[in-house]
Amino acid sequence: MRLTSKLVAAVGLSTVLAATAACSGAGGAGGVGGGGGGASDNSINVLMVNNPQMLALQKHIGEFTKQSGITVNFTVKPENDMRNQAAQEFANQSGQFDVATLSNFEVPIYSKNGWLTPLDDIPAYKADTTFDQADIFPSMTKSLTGPDGKLYGEPFYGESSFLMYRKDIAEKVGVKFNETPTWDEVAAAAAKMDGAESGMKGICLRGLPGWGEVFAPLTTVVNTFGGTWFDKDWNAQVNAQPFKDATTFYTDLVKAHGEAGAAQAGFAECLTATTQSKTAMWYDATSAAGSLEAPDSPVKGKMGYVQAPVKETKASGWLYAWSWMIEKKSTKADNAWKFISWASGKDYENLVGQQDGWATVPAGKRESTYANADYIKAAGAFAEPTKTAIESADPTNPGVQPRPTVGIQFVDIPEFTDFATKISQDISGVIAGKTTVDEALDNGQKLAQAAGDKYKGK
Amino acid sequence: MATATATPPDQTAPAPKKTKVPERSFGERWGDKKGWARRVPLLPALAFIVIMTQLPFVATILVSFTNWNANYPDEIKFGTLQNFVTVFTDAGLRQSVFFTILLTVTVVLVSLAFGLGIALLLNRNFIGRGAVRTMMIAPFLVVPVAAALLWKHAMYNPEYGLFNGLLTQVFGASAPQPDWITDFPRLAIMGELIWQWTPFMTLILLAGLQSRPGDVMEAAQVDGANAWQTFANMTMPHMRRYLELAGLLGTIYIIQQFDSVFTLTAGAYGTANLPYTIYQTLYNAQDYGLASAQGVIVVIGTIIIATFALRTVSSLFEEGN
Repeated sequence: MRLTSKLVAAVGLSTVLAATAACSGAGGAGGVGGGGGGASDNSINVLMVNNPQMLALQKHIGEFTKQSGITVNFTVKPENDMRNQAAQEFANQSGQFDVATLSNFEVPIYSKNGWLTPLDDIPAYKADTTFDQADIFPSMTKSLTGPDGKLYGEPFYGESSFLMYRKDIAEKVGVKFNETPTWDEVAAAAAKMDGAESGMKGICLRGLPGWGEVFAPLTTVVNTFGGTWFDKDWNAQVNAQPFKDATTFYTDLVKAHGEAGAAQAGFAECLTATTQSKTAMWYDATSAAGSLEAPDSPVKGKMGYVQAPVKETKASGWLYAWSWMIEKKSTKADNAWKFISWASGKDYENLVGQQDGWATVPAGKRESTYANADYIKAAGAFAEPTKTAIESADPTNPGVQPRPTVGIQFVDIPEFTDFATKISQDISGVIAGKTTVDEALDNGQKLAQAAGDKYKGK
Repeated sequence: MATATATPPDQTAPAPKKTKVPERSFGERWGDKKGWARRVPLLPALAFIVIMTQLPFVATILVSFTNWNANYPDEIKFGTLQNFVTVFTDAGLRQSVFFTILLTVTVVLVSLAFGLGIALLLNRNFIGRGAVRTMMIAPFLVVPVAAALLWKHAMYNPEYGLFNGLLTQVFGASAPQPDWITDFPRLAIMGELIWQWTPFMTLILLAGLQSRPGDVMEAAQVDGANAWQTFANMTMPHMRRYLELAGLLGTIYIIQQFDSVFTLTAGAYGTANLPYTIYQTLYNAQDYGLASAQGVIVVIGTIIIATFALRTVSSLFEEGN
């Protein structure tokens, strides 16, 4: 080797090193933050998910700035990415964001690690007379309270899950639903509704990999089929018969009568498919109804709503609340609370109701919403089913057997996000015809048990 | 191994044997003032490179021996080999190594073949050549994540994508409507990457074609060589080093490819490559120690590959061509 080639090799090698080290260095490929660099002290940074309700909030934020003089910098991302960034942000207490949209899943874990600001520590929260904590559903307040009994967040909107279906199509093919249908009835209905109109499939069910995507509806099916992730002693039950039956049922149904591109369809894709009359039914979050009944929705007024389908349990809807939480590191807790108080307050619900239509109000969190005549008039089709679903969801006892921890559509341990996401890729693979249920769940059993072993005997 | 020589290379015909310059000891070279006059201006750049690239890597190596999961801030401990044990026993990681190699080799080879074909076409004189050349380069200028999104929705989507639309146009309403990404996940990623990287290969190869010595090509014509003979005996030997360079650069970039996997399949159906796997360990499992160990293993693997590749390509820089 001559000197020149040595030089080249050295330069080349350090380029490779630089590149690979850059992509292996802890910290990795984060998104661009909201960093209000150089902004006045009267601004806060908010990380939030890109659901329709949040995008509407972003539109109305000028109203809040006018009232309070606080500017809000939003960073908005799809759910999986938002979660990853929030986890990174809160674990390292980077102080890049003051507020993030987290949920009842994170509260027990994050509060125990001291990553969240308890609301009681905030002077502005104590002095707030308009928020009315008592108006928030007790089930919501309870699920946002940490193991230490302190309250850590406020719901922006609460949701359970239920079955949405096209009344006109059901009538056309002669299908009737009880208030709480069984999964067998739903499967039969999906077969009948499939092809009722040209290009219309029977039912939309999520198939997109992600613990918060395909596993949200699927875990509720597992619960009501008598399955569970873990028994009360942390023995994984992923390849036990009930879990297998539920997964087989779910993937068979979506393969036979589900939406096109099912393996890549998440909440957003199903919402599109349903509004565009590509599917006749959809089992998903109650909060979807607001978008289906929005003033500009093509299926407005055509939808019927019944409780989440069941098999062995009385109810199977999940419980979830996208909620505002304040990072422990934040130096602007007072301003952050003012923002939360406004976004989760009664006045904001009225503002959205008057400007965007009452159906799109971020509901499912306050008693007063369901006593509001305007709201009931616009959201009559789904207001009552939503409230029923939220009230009948019990995170401490969602199935047929005692559980080691809380959670309906998730297991409330930090490892869940990782192993459920890995298993969900195989479930998505089953829907895509790449692998079998047995293979996916036998592999899943190993992953889940590895996590369960950490908790055994604790 | 030829001996190192600091004299400028001979520009005339290659001499089989060079006169040997007597080796100077390290001490002699270290004390050579003239040498330092050349080195000092380069030192800030060297320091910058070391600080910006090597120090983070050293930090990564240290973290890889640490039990550090962000979900358990109280259990951070230095001094464990467990992360490496996990890396080598993890079937998922083995699969992602395999897919990374498959993806890189396929994309580089196919892009090179397409790139060479297109470069040969663009090397001819025709009306509007400048416009065509600009259009050919366009895919490479698209931001990778935007390109992946474009393919996911505008091309592959089973409902409103271009491919299924074309099938319907050609074969009528009963045309097959495959769900491209889930039916052919690996091909879907490769297709998108080949579309993005072909222009890059074209650019380098076109530069190579334009630098063919005109007198030699003319001589070939005068001697009555046909097009194939000219291509096989004149063009290809001349193009070899350009193909190698394009292949090497392409390899280095595609090994690190993240956007396509992230956007098109989110790593499902056996399409998680190494960068995506590391990302998942870091963000989903919040396991900094394991992610660093994976990163270290990837770097070592890349260095081994790069060393061989660079040795091959170093013929590019041999004098006497």
